[in-house]
Amino acid sequence: MIQSKQEKRFQALSHAVMIFICLMTLIPFIIMISSSFSEETEIIAKGYSVFPRGISLEAYRYIFENAAVVLRAYGVTIFVTISGTALSLVITNMFAYVLAQDKVFLVKPMMLLVVFAMLFNGGLVPTYYVYTQIFHVKDTLIALIFPGLLMNAFNLILVRNYFRTSIPPALIESATIDGCTKFMTYIKIVLPLSLPITATVGLLTGLAYWNDWQNGLYYMTGSKFHSIQQVLRLMVDNVSYLQQAGVTSESMQIPMTTIRMAIAVIAILPVLVIYPFFQKYFVKGITIGAVKE
Amino acid sequence: MTGKKKRKLRWKENIPFYLMALPGLAYLIINNYLPMFGLGMAFQNVNFRKGMFGGDFVGFSNFKFLFSTQEAFLMFRNTIGYNLVFLVVGPVTGITAAIFLNSIRQKYASRVYQTLVLLPHLISYVVISYLVYALLNADAGLVNRVITLCGGEPVRWYAEARYWPVILVLVNIWKGIGFSSIVYLSSIVGISQDYYEAASLDGATRWQQIRHITLPLLKPTVITMTILGLGSIFRSDFGLFYQVTLNQGALISTTQTLDTYVFRGLMELGNLGMSAAAGFFQSVVGFLTVITANAVIRKFSAENALY
Repeated sequence: MIQSKQEKRFQALSHAVMIFICLMTLIPFIIMISSSFSEETEIIAKGYSVFPRGISLEAYRYIFENAAVVLRAYGVTIFVTISGTALSLVITNMFAYVLAQDKVFLVKPMMLLVVFAMLFNGGLVPTYYVYTQIFHVKDTLIALIFPGLLMNAFNLILVRNYFRTSIPPALIESATIDGCTKFMTYIKIVLPLSLPITATVGLLTGLAYWNDWQNGLYYMTGSKFHSIQQVLRLMVDNVSYLQQAGVTSESMQIPMTTIRMAIAVIAILPVLVIYPFFQKYFVKGITIGAVKE
Repeated sequence: MTGKKKRKLRWKENIPFYLMALPGLAYLIINNYLPMFGLGMAFQNVNFRKGMFGGDFVGFSNFKFLFSTQEAFLMFRNTIGYNLVFLVVGPVTGITAAIFLNSIRQKYASRVYQTLVLLPHLISYVVISYLVYALLNADAGLVNRVITLCGGEPVRWYAEARYWPVILVLVNIWKGIGFSSIVYLSSIVGISQDYYEAASLDGATRWQQIRHITLPLLKPTVITMTILGLGSIFRSDFGLFYQVTLNQGALISTTQTLDTYVFRGLMELGNLGMSAAAGFFQSVVGFLTVITANAVIRKFSAENALY
């Protein structure tokens, strides 16, 4: 067998390449995590490193004891993610179901509206105008939930295609014959059947809310509803942000370098914890999105 | 029953559908269609207090101003230049990873690799800017520590614009490789095993199989992705160019793109007219390029067209 020796070499090479890529992917995360557990003075003296420099929980202790700003921001992010995702799923799922009924009068023009909105947009200046001058969302929680994120046209079409291909029309028909109203049919029959696609879209939407920082950047001038991403953004090059926000109770030395990294770790923790279990759904979201219908 | 009556009845029957579509439609109108009416702001002396239509009409003078600046040249060069580089390195790195991922026999290992490479795709640019900062920070950054360890001079990365084309391309690869490898992997998995079996019976090596079967069969996917990419050549990833560079003014010559320009004009400089003009250009020309790209795709592989 000449093939098998060659095959073995190729297998080894494949593993080597993938291990290299994975290491490159992971090293920045490892630096972040290990420096959040390091001694502040060590980091300042010797720099960031892949391995923790001395072990210390000082940064995390400080955050939980003093940095009310961080905890509040975490709460804002959790609230926005949960309520935004829930609202988004309701709106998207209902609209997608209607868009799947292409024989119903006016549904085709609706679909056209959706597709056109995917291809053309007003741009940042008019969008900013509409949200700040007409709807006055500045410095409200609505600004973190509403603009841009509430309904994603790609997700909408994903769900619509699922309805068109995976829900047998006979099922709907028999429900109608049994006297079920359209809305009850949707709630009792369609909704349970759409659970798999709803899970995928829900994960993608939740992730988008969790990671969003641009709505905060555009629409938040005060610090009342800063999300965790925004606190991070303001802290990255501004060591005094936490002091400005009034967290320093005493004149104690704040371990800023490690705190920064600790907050970043806290910010990605839910993603890191949830992701491995739902990896399948994320991959599905990418492949059905890329292949389309 | 007359036809008219029948139609009226149907219309009534469908009212639940219209009610269900209402929230989505309302959102679409507020979030997408209302701003479109504001595109005319590009031709006004923009004044937010006077409203979307209230600013004095100034014709093309915003555009004239915009295109006469050195900044305009820089941002167009950067936007197009980065996009062209991304269009090459994206598929190259994605396909490489996909081919190796596909050939791994151990299912468990393959899944672990896939899980890990997709991780950066799930992280916000704010967190990515922290990761980059830990590497490039002038004093404590890992890269400078390694440079000094090797006897070199530390570099002030956030003050030297010339390094950023390389840095941003690397960050883009790092973030995108997981996503694109999964896209290409799903096309590779779709290739019939018969080809490979026939080839190996004829004594083709692994490399020959990749060169003569996998790569040619991936061509339609690559072409589609490339044309789609060309369609959005005037768009840029705001987070990459604004946040990963930490909004450093010293880096603007190599990091300013249309998106960062529009944002800075609107939020930081109060340069509303030129900002609106650049945004208008991006929306309209961007729309035309996407439409063209889609028409091209439709011509030779209709199933890959966007609509």
